[in-house]
Amino acid sequence: MAQKTAKAKAVARKDMSYVQWILKEMRRNWVAYAMIAPYVIIFALFTIVPVVLSVVISFTDFNMLQWPNFVWLENYITLFFADDTFLLACKNTLIFAAIVGPVSYLLSFLVAWFINELSPKIRAIVTLIFYAPSISGQVYMIWGTLFSADSYGWVNATLMELGMINEPETWFRDADWVMPLCIVVALWTSLGTSFLSFIAGLQGVNRDMYEAGAVDGIKNRWQELWYITLPSMGPQLMFGAIMAITGAFGFGAVVNALAGFPSVDYAAHTIMHHLEDYGSQRYEVGYSSAIATVLFLIMIGANMIVKKLISKVGS
Amino acid sequence: MAKLRTRKHKVVLSRSVGGDTGITILLTLLGIFMVLPMVYVISQSLKPLDELWMYPPRFLVKNPTPNNFRDLFRLMNDSWVPFSRYIFNTVLNAVGGTFGHLFLASMAAYALAKIKFPGSKLIFETIRTSLMFHSTVTAITSFMIMAAFKMIDTYWAIIIPAWGSTLGLYLMKQFMDTHVHDSVLESARLDGASELRTYWTIAMPMVKPAWLTLIVYSFQGLWNAGSSIYIYSEQYKSFNYAIGQITAGGIKRAGASAAATVLMMLVPIMVFVITQSNIIETMGSSGMKD
Repeated sequence: MAQKTAKAKAVARKDMSYVQWILKEMRRNWVAYAMIAPYVIIFALFTIVPVVLSVVISFTDFNMLQWPNFVWLENYITLFFADDTFLLACKNTLIFAAIVGPVSYLLSFLVAWFINELSPKIRAIVTLIFYAPSISGQVYMIWGTLFSADSYGWVNATLMELGMINEPETWFRDADWVMPLCIVVALWTSLGTSFLSFIAGLQGVNRDMYEAGAVDGIKNRWQELWYITLPSMGPQLMFGAIMAITGAFGFGAVVNALAGFPSVDYAAHTIMHHLEDYGSQRYEVGYSSAIATVLFLIMIGANMIVKKLISKVGS
Repeated sequence: MAKLRTRKHKVVLSRSVGGDTGITILLTLLGIFMVLPMVYVISQSLKPLDELWMYPPRFLVKNPTPNNFRDLFRLMNDSWVPFSRYIFNTVLNAVGGTFGHLFLASMAAYALAKIKFPGSKLIFETIRTSLMFHSTVTAITSFMIMAAFKMIDTYWAIIIPAWGSTLGLYLMKQFMDTHVHDSVLESARLDGASELRTYWTIAMPMVKPAWLTLIVYSFQGLWNAGSSIYIYSEQYKSFNYAIGQITAGGIKRAGASAAATVLMMLVPIMVFVITQSNIIETMGSSGMKD
């Protein structure tokens, strides 16, 4: 009986055109659509639509007050050829992301790897120590106190005590120091989701493979890491990379809080700040949408490149 | 053949003493770098006034006192909008946003992971791709959409977008893929259970680590949310924003602001300590295949 219906179904599917079959499948699975609908509608409304809208508006001169006109590429031409601050912001963003992204990624992996062989209790404590700064809200503000610009700041006082400087440095108010310091703070808060994902991934590697590897002549932990551990963690490495990249582009708040807005001589001005400046302070929405679109493309591009690189690991 | 030696009853590869020492030293240095600023915040929050303004400054507190916390509560009572209101706002946003997200995202994750229907792959790919960009990119156009729905300057401006956040759904879907077996669902369906029932009574209890993780992530994000461009009335602003105002009060509030930071960080850290093992278990299936 069951066989007969299965056969009948198969024949029926062959008789239908592709579109008919899709429609039939859609009708049959209406519950699934009902289940995803509430989430997908909100997701689309606050993630997809804003991206699309942003691209469209970037071709207009919209300013929240007047009816927008299409100006086509004018915003982009201004951005790349007439807005020096934007080019500076691009440079700063790329420096930030190119340091914070890879370093935080490597740091997350190395720490996760180092603590992998500790006993579970100690591993849990070490995990908390490294993870805590990334979840503790505005705790990074303490770097402003440590590096405060007067001689009451602990770092200044210590350096003066040691005779390394005579006058207190102004740190976050100094165009030469603000970038490196913000990078250090960003790194300090960067052992987040990818770090946890690596810890779990390392725990999930099959123990038998290590023994088999030993039999096959793997001599030390570095060979073991390269030939066994990394290849079996591919999916985690990919997920971690995406989290690290997203994080590396999202450091604007740290800079705002510690270096002020705008930062001294625009030394730590990033695309994110430029976007905020034009979008939520000057209401030049068309122009800021062009900035957002460029940033969006940079983020997606960075992810594409990294995906390519990671698919080569251990092969 | 490599030499095998046992460490805690498990067969592991030979580990050189040099490597062990090097790693321990490196890990200790990194650990000190991570932990020192945290120690400094706690130490600052316990320093009496004369120690906060001592020259040369001391790193650790000498005579710890709870005065800064007392000052903080006094400042809270004096503020124009009562502090209880800020706390209420943050708790309401965190709870409302988290539970809405939990229900909507887990239901969608179940359908995406366990029901085959046309379009499911495309939808999940889109959601996965959106993990790649930071939400600041969409802040201004999101503002316009919220304005169209009259959500600006209401609780909804924070709560509803949280329902549609992506990381929670992604982790939940991946976890269901690996931990909920089709055979179990199949037998429930044969017994006549509806999809909604199968999701709620069979799949959900099997993915407890995933929904704990989702709750923790969503809660942390909303708890730590500071000022938002979607909210401008003082009485809808968050606790974190109000704490920031105290910190901005400058020199004379250094102690109170350290105390506030300590209070703010205690909550997410405690939540993580309690749920750590569940989160790590969830992360075990977080990987991306291509």
